[in-house]
Amino acid sequence: MFLQELIASVFVLSGLFFFVVGTIGLLRMPDVYTRLHASTKCDTLGVSLILVGIIIGFGLSWLTVKLILIIIFIWLTTPTAAHAIARAAYDTHEISRTDIPLWRERDELDKND
Amino acid sequence: MFAATLVFASIVLAILMAVAFIRGIVGPTSLDRNVVINVIGTKTVVIMVLMSFIYEEYYFIDVAMVYALISFIATISIAKYLERGSIS
Repeated sequence: MFLQELIASVFVLSGLFFFVVGTIGLLRMPDVYTRLHASTKCDTLGVSLILVGIIIGFGLSWLTVKLILIIIFIWLTTPTAAHAIARAAYDTHEISRTDIPLWRERDELDKND
Repeated sequence: MFAATLVFASIVLAILMAVAFIRGIVGPTSLDRNVVINVIGTKTVVIMVLMSFIYEEYYFIDVAMVYALISFIATISIAKYLERGSIS
């Protein structure tokens, strides 16, 4: 029982780590595409790790089916929503693709190469 | 020990929702705010599942399932509206 709770806690805390990283990326990244890149994948992995940790901690029951269903929904919907947001950002006049500035330290990186 | 982990995870997720809301306020375009809507919706689903196991009220999981799909529809329709100017 102690080992089961320990493994489940490790899963939940690592999922929490990915949520923290995704939120830091959402704050620090320079434009909307990189913000999507940071937040979406970290959120997908964080949800699946936390829910798998709950499944391990509470054991198999009929609730497991619902939790796996939530994981499948998140896996289907989050990348699709990110694709729709990126497509809207690419097509809209609010952010034209020529208006997105490249990263401000890119020239210095090229100089170092 | 595991119940304490669940409580700690929900507190940290609530703090992260508040931090992500900063990007929603200062975000320069409306697409950034749409990203924040998506992120906060995902965190809300996880908090609902954690609350359902903390309080042992297992019907919250059904609410979390429906909320995942509804927040997906909200994000898609806002993105379509910003792209085309109408939802249809």
